[in-house]
Amino acid sequence: MDFLDYAFMQRALLAAVLVGITAPAVGIYLVQRRQALMGDGIGHVAMTGVGLGFLLTWSPVWMATLVSVLGAVLMELIRWYGKTRGDIALAMLFYGGMAGGVMFINLAPTGSNANLTSYLFGSLSTVSQSDVTAICVLAAFVVLVTLGLRRQLFAVSQDEEFARVTGLPVRVLNLLTAVTAAVTVTVAMRVVGLLLVSALMVVPVAAAQQITRSFAATFAIAVAIGVSVTIGGTVTSYYQDVPPGATIVLLTIGAFIVLTAIAAPLARRRARAAAVSDATADPAECAIPGSRAAADEVGV
Amino acid sequence: MTEPVVSLRGVRADLGSRPVLRGIDLTVHRGEVVALLGANGSGKSTAVRSIIGQVQTGAGAIELFGTDRGRFRDWHRVGYVPQRTTAAGGVPATVTEVVSSGRLSRARFGVLRKADHAAVRRALDLVGMADRAKDSVDALSGGQHQRVLIARALASEPELLIMDEPMAGVDLASQEVLAHTLTEQVSQGTTVLLVLHELGPLEPLIDRAVVLRDGCVVHDGPPPKAVGQHALPGHDHVHPHAPAGAEPIRTGLLS
Repeated sequence: MDFLDYAFMQRALLAAVLVGITAPAVGIYLVQRRQALMGDGIGHVAMTGVGLGFLLTWSPVWMATLVSVLGAVLMELIRWYGKTRGDIALAMLFYGGMAGGVMFINLAPTGSNANLTSYLFGSLSTVSQSDVTAICVLAAFVVLVTLGLRRQLFAVSQDEEFARVTGLPVRVLNLLTAVTAAVTVTVAMRVVGLLLVSALMVVPVAAAQQITRSFAATFAIAVAIGVSVTIGGTVTSYYQDVPPGATIVLLTIGAFIVLTAIAAPLARRRARAAAVSDATADPAECAIPGSRAAADEVGV
Repeated sequence: MTEPVVSLRGVRADLGSRPVLRGIDLTVHRGEVVALLGANGSGKSTAVRSIIGQVQTGAGAIELFGTDRGRFRDWHRVGYVPQRTTAAGGVPATVTEVVSSGRLSRARFGVLRKADHAAVRRALDLVGMADRAKDSVDALSGGQHQRVLIARALASEPELLIMDEPMAGVDLASQEVLAHTLTEQVSQGTTVLLVLHELGPLEPLIDRAVVLRDGCVVHDGPPPKAVGQHALPGHDHVHPHAPAGAEPIRTGLLS
């Protein structure tokens, strides 16, 4: 455990743990609304923020937060009003964000593509004290929203139409989800990088739901996977000199494969048990139907 | 006549450039069971979705319990059962978790208390799904899923139930449970507005039928009698599809 003696490793681990908690905590709602790639889009837009940060010599983390929050709100607005042309508008937003980032960082006197790479793929060992402060504040906001409003966010993400009839402020909650996702992207930016952020939002959730039946359990296990892989990846990169962001993402995908392998036989056994109980309830042979086929033959 | 629970006057709505409702009037009084009938594309789903504010209306007035829809806040008085196609999330959820969402309209700040959990259990009992409370909704059949959505609407103990095609793609056993549940609710004074493709097993319950054609009301009165093959026992067509424009826009990766 000698790595704990180094201040940079302490900061790296703290940042990694916070990302491990927040990314799946927001990601679960994105996956629930079938917007798994939203995090990736926000990541692209955040690049413009990083570039602007360098150009204006502001903190790239806070500038990226500002720009990605604006981008996420814009995406949500496009989703409301765009309808059929929405996907084209989103594509332009994403690639415009990416191109803007490259442009601004090259115009900046202190910027270079090398700086950009550390944001694109993460650079845990260079996380500074002020980065850690920013990450802590932002992560606290994300945890507060995703846990405190979990019932409301669950209802809106599960069935927006029904949520409206329960009197929930659907638009406000949708915007809040988008903003929280944007904040999470910037929290995770230094750890796994903007291009890999989405993996940490989506894959732990996908892995967890291989073995769960409830939303609450999926949430808990996804966060547990997130924390395990971020710590595991950070420590591995210390000993093996491999890039932490890539290590973390590959570990997450490994977790997904392992859980899927465990879940497949489990599901088969469950299906077999269900088939047996069905067979006892219904006659095995087809009886001659009375008049017409029953309504329950419609496969939906 | 008793006070109107739902009132639409001259409501118009467009989907894109296509007019779907061309000025419809619809009133549902307290304790009534009204069926909204019509072919696919006649605007019946759009009509109920305009009542709950899911569809923007171009003109006309909509009132719920005598209050303009825009100012209406007592959503716990309304239970809504959408078409089953809209209610599928990408993450597993248990029957209890889904039904609990229906109680949020009565919960302050989304905190469910003991009484709320009891109401959720009661709603599950009403539709005969209490033994599946901890199962994932993905593991249910179409009919069982529909019963869960009705339990979710009943969880807030509503005075008005709005249901969009509750019998579409539902097996016979579940149809009976649903008809029974609805009968019980109606006997306790619940007002019901149903979108139906045809009257089917709910026929004895229905006080009044409103028939839409091309976005206009063409019949408002006693339920029409089924004729020809439609009147045969066991006849049941199931068309769980809606006009293309009325589908929830939620298909793409980022939509």
